[in-house]
Amino acid sequence: MKNKYSIFSLIKNSFSFHENWQRAWRDPKPKPSYDVVIIGGGGHGLATAYYLAKEHSLKNIAVVEKGWIGGGNTGRNTTIIRSNYLWDASAGLYDHALKIWENLSQELNYNVMFSQRGVMNLAHNLHDVRELKRRTHANRLNGIDCEWLTTKQVKEFCPIINCSANIRYPVMGSTLQRRAGTARHDAVAWGYARGADSMGVDIIQNCEVKGIKRKGDSVEGLETTQGFIKTSKIGVAASGHSSIIANMAGLKLPIESKPLQALVSEPIKPIINTVVMSNAVHAYVSQSDKGELVIGAGTDSYVSYTQKGTHEIVEGTLNAILELYPIFSRLRMLRQWGGVVDICPDASPIISKTSIKGLYFNCGWGTGGFKATPGSGHLFAHTIAKDEPHALNAAFNINRFVSGNLVDEHGAAAVAH
Amino acid sequence: MFIIKCPYCGDRDHSEFSYGGEAHIVRPKQPTELSDDQWAEYLFMRKNIKGLQYERWNHAHGCRRWFNMGRDTSNDKIHSVYKMGEKPEK
Repeated sequence: MKNKYSIFSLIKNSFSFHENWQRAWRDPKPKPSYDVVIIGGGGHGLATAYYLAKEHSLKNIAVVEKGWIGGGNTGRNTTIIRSNYLWDASAGLYDHALKIWENLSQELNYNVMFSQRGVMNLAHNLHDVRELKRRTHANRLNGIDCEWLTTKQVKEFCPIINCSANIRYPVMGSTLQRRAGTARHDAVAWGYARGADSMGVDIIQNCEVKGIKRKGDSVEGLETTQGFIKTSKIGVAASGHSSIIANMAGLKLPIESKPLQALVSEPIKPIINTVVMSNAVHAYVSQSDKGELVIGAGTDSYVSYTQKGTHEIVEGTLNAILELYPIFSRLRMLRQWGGVVDICPDASPIISKTSIKGLYFNCGWGTGGFKATPGSGHLFAHTIAKDEPHALNAAFNINRFVSGNLVDEHGAAAVAH
Repeated sequence: MFIIKCPYCGDRDHSEFSYGGEAHIVRPKQPTELSDDQWAEYLFMRKNIKGLQYERWNHAHGCRRWFNMGRDTSNDKIHSVYKMGEKPEK
């Protein structure tokens, strides 16, 4: 059983100079067999294991991770959380996640630093205004909070935005979702890992999957760098590397993996109290609790697994940032990095069974998977445990690429994918 | 960032080029006879290889011609460049 984190445990441990904290999770060797094995120890995979153990009472679960937990896209995103998607299916999915975020720190007894500072989506032309107003109405019909702000209200809510009518892409208004915000990405992985571990889930790091063993149309187990693991159910939450795992099982996915970049500035005093996103000029910015500006750039156009991107993508984003926020012109950038994101043709995820019995995929989150972490894990756990999708992820099945029932969020989500 | 050798123009910065996806996906000869599964395979399913991938590129800000390229997607190293209609070197 895990010790509960509280003010008292903090005081108690301060007497021993914080050197005797209990390990947050074990470091086990793989057992010969498990009921369920999750491939991928990022937020989505760990959340899946957590909900499998908690809500479906499965006891014999492992998460295998080729590196260290939270070291992939969980540690590489810009931590934005929102649910203001246009289509009903997406609104249901992402708001399910947002509702879990709202109580996640209490549930996990781990501070995920969820901060509902609001997310703005700026409009820069008449088309943006119409699209974003339409989305505001669609969100409200789906019970999701969303407001339309005029240019004057934008200036009041976030004073550093350049609202001059003379800039190349003037700000003509904005949506605002007040329940949206950010969270601490590492803490989400660590909190779920600690919670899952306390219910007996084996989290096996430095364990790369090398092959999937099939018997006819069912899975039998997986070959890993730490030996063979027998299992009848495999849940794949491997983001950018999903196609590679699929290939091991003889499947093809409708996914392309591309580098997505982000960067942070040197830390400065609090200056931006919300998250501002702009699709038209492609500039996303928020400020971390350390004071760094966290800036999201775009994806490169080509398939690559390099975890880096090209310079002109960063340049384009910073051009837009500087036009919107002239005050940042002398700020220096500290770090830049890339993550490999798995993009579906309709920019919506896949949480689904496959044609192979016992093989489940949770992938295709593309550029926006972090926000969905708790909901994704919750619904994927349901899909694996019951061998059928939850009502909220039924639309996100893999057969939609055959039936044509796509959930096209390319433009609808009001972000560039 | 990498330099691409256009088969018509020679070495140019990759920012002059646009990516055209996986190469050698042949458009079905008899589209009306395809099942939904076959359409899905043609339209959406991709190998998405980590390693040597054959892909199409267009010299959009240059000669505007299409060509094929073999590139290792794990390190972005270019192995070969060849014209449309040609087969990759084995």
